[in-house]
Amino acid sequence: MNIRPKVAVLVFPGSNDDRDAVWALGALGADAKLVWHADEGLPRDTGAVVLPGGFSYGDYLRCGAIARSASIMGAVHAFAATGGPVLGICNGFQILCEAGLLPGVLRRNRDLNFVCRDVAIRVERGDSLLTHRCEPGQMLTIPVKHGEGSWYADEELYAELEAAGQLVLRYAEDCNGSVGDVAGVCDEARNVFGLMPHPEHAVDPLLGSGDGALLLAALVDAARNRVLAGSASS
Amino acid sequence: MKVTVFVRPKAGILDPQGEAVGGSLRTLGFAVGGARVGRLVDLEVDATTADEARFQVEQMCEQLLANPLIESFEIEIEREAAA
Repeated sequence: MNIRPKVAVLVFPGSNDDRDAVWALGALGADAKLVWHADEGLPRDTGAVVLPGGFSYGDYLRCGAIARSASIMGAVHAFAATGGPVLGICNGFQILCEAGLLPGVLRRNRDLNFVCRDVAIRVERGDSLLTHRCEPGQMLTIPVKHGEGSWYADEELYAELEAAGQLVLRYAEDCNGSVGDVAGVCDEARNVFGLMPHPEHAVDPLLGSGDGALLLAALVDAARNRVLAGSASS
Repeated sequence: MKVTVFVRPKAGILDPQGEAVGGSLRTLGFAVGGARVGRLVDLEVDATTADEARFQVEQMCEQLLANPLIESFEIEIEREAAA
């Protein structure tokens, strides 16, 4: 059934890619809704949750550290725990790491630059709900724009994640000093994802690249599957 | 009770901000071997004993003030001035 699944795009004070995310997800077949951080719950029949880019709470303390204790985050934890697809983009990735939903942490870029350009990204795993529309090894062009996107995990954690296939996206070039050039990771259960590049800014070749649509459309697929499974069981 | 928390980048963790500050100090002519930049948080904690305050602030550090993957913290409890 070709329904438009509901995707909740969270809005924190300082989020600034929320409306781009809603537009992109809508263009890819989702019914995307903005959801305020102070809400206690997600809308009924939410099929996926997106934490958008921006500078929540002015990046006070550490990027994402304040947002992770927002009211809505309790519902995000519960949604993720039942296998719900969750995607954090840029600041959203930082929030998910701070919340303990994703491994590692995002640090200041090694060379102190604010990196703002298209980068080449290699899909390491094509068997995840975010990358199932891609082939392993496929190269994507997606823009980044961040000052604190250098992903870090210590050697032990890195080896663990590598062995478990949780390092789903890598920069094809040294972008910001990330350990292993990691651009995107998922959690152990493989339903929570985070990446620094912005797929929502790359859904139309007219604006530079359409490659981000491969990832977001895959998220919409996962949202649709979840909504259909929910309505089948109720 | 007044409590001060020092949050530092862990030893061995790259600190680009500290490196930039060190480089800038050297440019100004100072003989600086290295610089690390952390964060200082002054807290007014509702506690009756120093142990109680320390316990509370340790929880605060673990849950919010420091990220244990990359930062270490140190807690200093201000001694009441002797009367």
